[in-house]
Amino acid sequence: MYWEPENECMSREDLAQLQLERLEATLNRVYMNVPFYRRKFDELKIDIDSLRSLDDLRRLPFTTKDDLRDNYPYGLFAVPLREVVRIHASSGTTGSVTVVGYTRNDLKTWSNLSARVLTAGGITKDDVVQIAFGYGLFTGGFGQHYGAERVGASVIPISSGNTARQIKIMQDFKTTALVCTPSYALLIADTVREMGINVSSLSLRYGLFGAEPWSEGMRQEIQDKLKIVATDNYGLSEVMGPGVAGECLERNGLHINEDHFLVEVIDPETLEPVRPGETGELVLTTLTKEAFPVVRFRTRDLTRLLTEPCACGRKLVRMARVMGRTDDMLIIKGVNVFPSQIEAVLFAVEGTEPHYQIIVDRKGALDDVTVLVEVSEPIFFDEMKKQNELIALIRHRLASELGISVDVKLVEKKTLERSEGKAKRVIDKRKI
Amino acid sequence: MLKIKNLEAGYGKLKVLHKISMHISPGEIVTIIGANGAGKTTLLGAISGLLRNRSGEIFFDKQDIGSLPAEDIVFMGCSLVPEGRQVFATMTVKENLLLGAYVMHKKNRKHSAQNDLDRMYNLFPRLKEREKQLAGTLSGGEQQMLAIARALMAGPRLIMMDEPSMGLAPLIVKDIFAIIKRLREEGNTVLLVEQNAKAALGIADRGYVVETGRIILQGGAEDLLSNRDVQRAYLGRDLDSETKI
Repeated sequence: MYWEPENECMSREDLAQLQLERLEATLNRVYMNVPFYRRKFDELKIDIDSLRSLDDLRRLPFTTKDDLRDNYPYGLFAVPLREVVRIHASSGTTGSVTVVGYTRNDLKTWSNLSARVLTAGGITKDDVVQIAFGYGLFTGGFGQHYGAERVGASVIPISSGNTARQIKIMQDFKTTALVCTPSYALLIADTVREMGINVSSLSLRYGLFGAEPWSEGMRQEIQDKLKIVATDNYGLSEVMGPGVAGECLERNGLHINEDHFLVEVIDPETLEPVRPGETGELVLTTLTKEAFPVVRFRTRDLTRLLTEPCACGRKLVRMARVMGRTDDMLIIKGVNVFPSQIEAVLFAVEGTEPHYQIIVDRKGALDDVTVLVEVSEPIFFDEMKKQNELIALIRHRLASELGISVDVKLVEKKTLERSEGKAKRVIDKRKI
Repeated sequence: MLKIKNLEAGYGKLKVLHKISMHISPGEIVTIIGANGAGKTTLLGAISGLLRNRSGEIFFDKQDIGSLPAEDIVFMGCSLVPEGRQVFATMTVKENLLLGAYVMHKKNRKHSAQNDLDRMYNLFPRLKEREKQLAGTLSGGEQQMLAIARALMAGPRLIMMDEPSMGLAPLIVKDIFAIIKRLREEGNTVLLVEQNAKAALGIADRGYVVETGRIILQGGAEDLLSNRDVQRAYLGRDLDSETKI
């Protein structure tokens, strides 16, 4: 199922033409209307009329989160405030808040793109969609809300939190699709079980999860526990919000809405493009935004592009699930470690629960990592020998995945803090 | 059908088009809107080969027409209805139309111009009534109809119109735009250059907004109509006075 087949299945050649037209118009507008971009281009002596191809985009400077902060709150808006009909702010995953705005047309585009992602994830007008993302300055709730309404689904704007109530509503309202963060989906799944509710008695069929990195193992876990088809989607407030990219039911990477966002993947160190298919930092340029266009925005999210054709028929390029953020990356004993790598190992081990925390500390001059992982009750109350065997197994697998040895501690089920929004997986106690 | 990349064009030392990229798909009405002097007519001149391009690419049906002479481009199926109609005033309506049949006649000597004439008279009954009248004696609206019909006589796949509403009374403009809409319904592809942004966006599928030889906005006609910049600059709405209470 497609929402806008003429765009989602457009030939690569037609897409390239459309992208060029939209890029040129966007650059003309930011140069005219946003002093920040004008100053930056002028300083670098870049004549935007001289940019002639999509590849020429590389000659333009990057825009970073710091640029957004420096221009707090409205400095990067390309239209006067009276034309802005909605204001959101970044979810503040890291650092201080940044502000973004939307014109009426922007909201229309956003709803449409969000509708594309929801449709790709299985949602139709017959669905009852429970949106358990926070509503507010964070773009997750509203973005998916308007998309689901656009599709024509029945939307339950429950927002996040109060898990028992979420489940009661899920039962009573016959929710067919759940939209939230993957960690919250897992918490809901566990709570359903604890409340003694038979999952099969629920009407739930689809789950669309995003706003934080998650692993394939976690997808399996959620799909098994809730008996749903779970897809990943991606977005960020600085670029628009949810609707930038989303998986189709093939569940094999997220289709990027390339007719609205130009995508690059760069090496975060050298800032040069990576070779095709290699992992690097995702860089996005908006092609249709009116109020808050961004040129070469460094997302800090790490992914790679999958250019092979997808069985679903969409011609839009896919990105692999985000493996983490450049600033999530832990440098431990000089080795780059992503929490998502640790998660992937843990989910593959029998007897562990899908909840973990990574504690990084420094003992003397050495980094010290301890992974706390919840285990199922039978193991926890079992003999020491079994516990030690499990610890040894996890340590061994982590060492071969990460290339460094880390400590593992088993903790009782439900001792780690649960999250209703974005999960906090890493506690870095190092003072450097 | 038509694909333009980074087109640069002008007159002598004067560069009018700085960089234009745009496209038209078969069966669409695409409109170019912009103020006087933005480069709209220059763009049509460059596409139809009346003006030498400085750089950039123009592809018509995947064929590079950037350096072809104007007559070849007409023969390929791309006709222009020029600004200010430019009908031959001292010839009759029928003679004007038959001049338009030149292309079809050259392509195939057996081609019957009569069939095409009948088709035009069917589309524009007014022209049938005035068949024997000198074109110079027609009203502005009738001259515009004649200019469109003359271009259609060449059997174009893409028809480009330069300001068809210029100097016409509002009621006549309505007629002309209804005809353009009908042309699309019959499978024609239309590139419409207009200062009357509201009327043009009202019938177009998509549009491009040109300012000082550059495209600053593009998108669906509906989205452009609701864009406040377009409203202020081209639809004559004074938003500032509207927001004051």
